[in-house]
Amino acid sequence: MGIDIDNVSKDFGGFRALDGVDLTVPTGELVALLGPSGSGKTTLLRIIAGLEMPDRGRVLFNGEEATDRDVRDRNVGFVFQHYALFRHMTVFENIAFGLTVKPRKSRLKKPEIREKVFGLLKLIQLEQLSDRYPAQLSGGQRQRVALARALAVEPQVLLLDEPFGALDAKVRLELRRWLRRLHDEIHVTSVFVTHDQEEALEVADRIVVMNKGKIEQQGTPSEVYDRPATPFVFDFLGNVNLFKGRVHEGMAQMGGVDFASPEHAGTSDAPAVGYVRSHDIEIGRSPIDAGSMPAEVRYVHCVGALVRVDLALAAGEGVEVDIPREVADKLNLKAGDKVFARPRKVRVFVDDYQI
Amino acid sequence: MHTAKGFITEPFWVRYLLILAALAFLTLFLLLPLAAVFAEALGRGWEAYLAALHEPDTLSAIRLTLLTAAICVPANLFFGIVAAWAIAKFSFRGKSLLITLIDLPFSVSPVVSGLIYVLIFGLQGWLGPWLQAHDIRIIFAVPGIVLATIFVTFPFVARELIPLMQSQGRDEEEAALTLGASGLQTFFRVTFPNIKWGLLYGVILCNARAMGEFGAVSVVSGHVRGSTNTIPLQVEILYNEYNYAAAFAVASLLALLALVTLAVKGLAELKIRQTLSINEGER
Repeated sequence: MGIDIDNVSKDFGGFRALDGVDLTVPTGELVALLGPSGSGKTTLLRIIAGLEMPDRGRVLFNGEEATDRDVRDRNVGFVFQHYALFRHMTVFENIAFGLTVKPRKSRLKKPEIREKVFGLLKLIQLEQLSDRYPAQLSGGQRQRVALARALAVEPQVLLLDEPFGALDAKVRLELRRWLRRLHDEIHVTSVFVTHDQEEALEVADRIVVMNKGKIEQQGTPSEVYDRPATPFVFDFLGNVNLFKGRVHEGMAQMGGVDFASPEHAGTSDAPAVGYVRSHDIEIGRSPIDAGSMPAEVRYVHCVGALVRVDLALAAGEGVEVDIPREVADKLNLKAGDKVFARPRKVRVFVDDYQI
Repeated sequence: MHTAKGFITEPFWVRYLLILAALAFLTLFLLLPLAAVFAEALGRGWEAYLAALHEPDTLSAIRLTLLTAAICVPANLFFGIVAAWAIAKFSFRGKSLLITLIDLPFSVSPVVSGLIYVLIFGLQGWLGPWLQAHDIRIIFAVPGIVLATIFVTFPFVARELIPLMQSQGRDEEEAALTLGASGLQTFFRVTFPNIKWGLLYGVILCNARAMGEFGAVSVVSGHVRGSTNTIPLQVEILYNEYNYAAAFAVASLLALLALVTLAVKGLAELKIRQTLSINEGER
């Protein structure tokens, strides 16, 4: 089922949680709402679910007006960050809940419910734990039960609120890959909320980046990562360095070096900020080309496959650079070394944006 | 160099002194009086004890007390659940005012609570003349006693449930709603199982107070023997007539009620802790 959000706003007291949001979720896609806390992403999810009412705007399900539809009639599956399993019920009873509260007419018979629940238990690979209580499960198992419980009522939309937020790093990685595979199997339209850009980039078909109650950019993971529309998106997705400077007729001057900045050909002498991802900077012992900036090594940290080098530019600005380990081994950098840094890709934004 | 243990544990004599002091205090002020009640009540033998309880005025007092509790406890049970539900699960204007109002009976002297009803329903009160014209008796009759008792026992159930429901949050109810459960199904299948022990605790405290209330009831009852006397009032009358054995025999009923209340309270607290620790585990 496709979802359309049409100019939705929501205030909490004096706080504007959502400010005229428009969004389309196509049928069968897995969409991530990505943003920092307070960006309105959870509020938007709860409005889609019907757990929250928008102050203005409309919610459409398959093109039909659903703004005032009751939660119960929306046929959505909702997965909570803290699982919200019924703690006094077993795993089996939890998953069967949605099937047993149906009106008698449309309710399945007991053996059918049993069959369906065990089918779902098989899907989440927890068949042998059907008699356990939520307190006896690990976090990852609980979240899988919560997902099975939501899927039991065959929702048209699956909504997940920071589904992996309460789990430890390893389980989180496992579970989000599992979710991706599951989605590839059952193709239910899904929206999940996260503040973890890595999670969004890895799992989602589309990413909607939100900030301060508005949508900053939406697109496929590679679109938002490679072509960030705003400084906020650039900053939020990945590790980024800022160079303050000026732009004049397609040329930007930053950190004492000139770059071509063709997208600002029409700009004359304006303050600008250049954004460079930490892995888009090269380091050399000698100047690589005219775009190289002299710098001094402050620290070298080894983090996994990459080596992070903290540089201080001649102007005093700090720059973080990630370089592959074998490159770092060849350079053999130590704190205090004089080197040259050359940004490979610079994205210049003219309006003066504060992080 | 002290060990880590040395820092957090007092010397043994300090510990024992503190424990002894606490025990001595409890014995002197709680256990001794309780024992005295039963000793006095049974002092003239089992026969005399039963005879004292079989006295018609006493039986009538017991009946009235049971009737009062039977009306007040369900009323406050219903009100308590509704109020706690509203306060714990929704946010609305005037919420803190409502919480303060619920606590009012705790902060007002019971005598004053009784007087309020005399002021409203008494002969000289606001509604007195109208009530008399229609031959409705509230003050110095059973309705007055019930009203005063409801007022005094108002907070018990709500007070017990509010923190419990707040600590459990709204997630489980919201999950039930998204799964298609109706409001009633959500309450009986999700909310109620989570609060039942807290509810029992609140009800048992409410009941103990409803049966034991003296001050407010004393003001509105009029002390009509065999008609508007509850157990506590009957104890006072017997005591003032120097009928100690009977007074203590009746008082022992209230003391027994207190012991049962304590036992149920202990059980309920244990169960609440278990439910909450499961809750903790889930976070």
